[in-house]
Amino acid sequence: MAKNTKVGKVSRNNKAGYVFVFPYAALFVTFILAPVIMAIFLSFTNFNAIQKPSFVGFLNYINLITGDDVFMKFVLPNTVKYALIVGVGGYVLAFLLAFGLANLTKGPRTVFALILYSPSMTTGVAMSVLWKIMFTGDQTGYLNSWLMDIGVINEPIIWLTNADYLLPIVIIIGLWSSMGVGFLSILAGLLNIDESLYEAAAIDGVKNRFQEMIYVTIPSMKPQMLFAAVMQIVGAFQNGMIATLLAGNPTPGYAAQLIVNHIEDYGFIRYEMGYAAAVSVVLLLIVQIFSSASNKLFGEKD
Amino acid sequence: MAAYKGHRMNPDKFEKGQIKIILMVLPMVLLCGLPIVFIIFHAFKPMEELFAFPPKFITTHPTLDNFSKLVKASRAGSIPLSKYVFNSLFVTATVVVGSLLFSTMAAYALSKIRFKGAKTMMQINQIALMFVSVAVMIPRYLVVNKLGMIDTYWAEILPLMALPVALFLIKQFVDQVPDSLIEAAYMDGASEWTIYRKVIIPLTKPAIATAAILVFQQVWTNIEASNYYINDDSLKTLAFYMNTLTSTTTTNTVAGQGIAAAASLILFLPNLILFCILQNNVMNTMAHSGIK
Repeated sequence: MAKNTKVGKVSRNNKAGYVFVFPYAALFVTFILAPVIMAIFLSFTNFNAIQKPSFVGFLNYINLITGDDVFMKFVLPNTVKYALIVGVGGYVLAFLLAFGLANLTKGPRTVFALILYSPSMTTGVAMSVLWKIMFTGDQTGYLNSWLMDIGVINEPIIWLTNADYLLPIVIIIGLWSSMGVGFLSILAGLLNIDESLYEAAAIDGVKNRFQEMIYVTIPSMKPQMLFAAVMQIVGAFQNGMIATLLAGNPTPGYAAQLIVNHIEDYGFIRYEMGYAAAVSVVLLLIVQIFSSASNKLFGEKD
Repeated sequence: MAAYKGHRMNPDKFEKGQIKIILMVLPMVLLCGLPIVFIIFHAFKPMEELFAFPPKFITTHPTLDNFSKLVKASRAGSIPLSKYVFNSLFVTATVVVGSLLFSTMAAYALSKIRFKGAKTMMQINQIALMFVSVAVMIPRYLVVNKLGMIDTYWAEILPLMALPVALFLIKQFVDQVPDSLIEAAYMDGASEWTIYRKVIIPLTKPAIATAAILVFQQVWTNIEASNYYINDDSLKTLAFYMNTLTSTTTTNTVAGQGIAAAASLILFLPNLILFCILQNNVMNTMAHSGIK
């Protein structure tokens, strides 16, 4: 950020800055910053929401790593799989789709972008009913009926209670709703690249669209790529709640138990708030890891 | 073969090569679009088509039955549907207006007013883009509880009002406003408040529209607040009520499916309409969305 773009160095009343920032900052501190700090604090305590939290050191983290079979066997592998496919895979998909759309004329591009974006408006939750209908477990279910029609299966599959299918279903729904703000940002970034860059690159020996993408397109829209990456990861984790909306918490056989569901399970069902807070901190760390990886890839080093 | 000339994004004319691209993006467009089309059809299906076997995708005799049943179903409870609608409209409108007001004010200050800590604040907000609110639902509950907001509208309004991505996008846009404009206004004796209202707001309309959409989406379909912070049914929102309607018990009955589909459609449509109206602003804003 260039410092010299700030105006009114001498004569302006700087206190105004604080006045203007205050309402947002107060809300931010109360409902975002304080909860994060509290989560970190509570993660070192034993807390059941009724009695005062008692300090237990790293016990929650030690239990999480050594004593929580469900976490190690199901939640963590599920979450990593989900994050890689919906977060990273969804991101690559968003880029490829945006790249395709950027090469279309305005009319079809706008229509396609609207269709791709619309699932993300539902934030997963509002549409949980849709998936329940689609995946109904008897032959009246849409998916079952179609698959039986074309002869792929002979008997209806009870999708939402079947441990083999639940995670893939959650992943598909995750991908379905993952073309959100990040996707739009990439699309806008692609459309705003200075055309002379491509001409110059062609003169410098870029031979095809793929090379162009690697050497010209992506480097010249790094800021959008980074913003989109962060949005994609956050969106993926935020949408993880869909699993328990479809199949209850815990999900059958913990098949689609993601880290957000684990937090809900311990926090709001078992009231082990200290332990749930430790899981929250782990989740925030995972998001942080993905974000700093994106930062390494696309951050501007200066 | 002629030397590669470099191609142009955003073509003006339709060319044959674009058919290939359309075919490549089509599977994903169908995957995204068909479920939405399905829910629209489903909401307008009469009873015999909901029961039809094999199940039908398209409705041939659209009807409003499901919507009237939805209204009737709510009469069975103690709270009329209109109360939920009012709650949702009130909460959503308050959050959107408040959020936009506070985000634009903060964006103006952080972008154009020089004061100590501005840069740090912006960096913290940038880190907060990664904020996954479900991760801290428990401490958030404790905060809401501590402030005595359980079972009040405040619990549904205040926690959602600061949206880091809204501030971020608006601030990126305010950065584009030339400093000379503000300096000129200042020379003419305008106060900060006047500059904010007469210069910043009009020039950042696309970003404000975009932020409005994002905030709206967060609030309108939010069920966590009603779920965790509100025990009094008369204060819960439409999204929450719709979600109870669509819970496992109702969707297991075929008749319940039609009602649930109607409910989903009611929740979804305002988002879609708002986005369609404002989509040009969104693309304009996203062009400045990069994190530097």
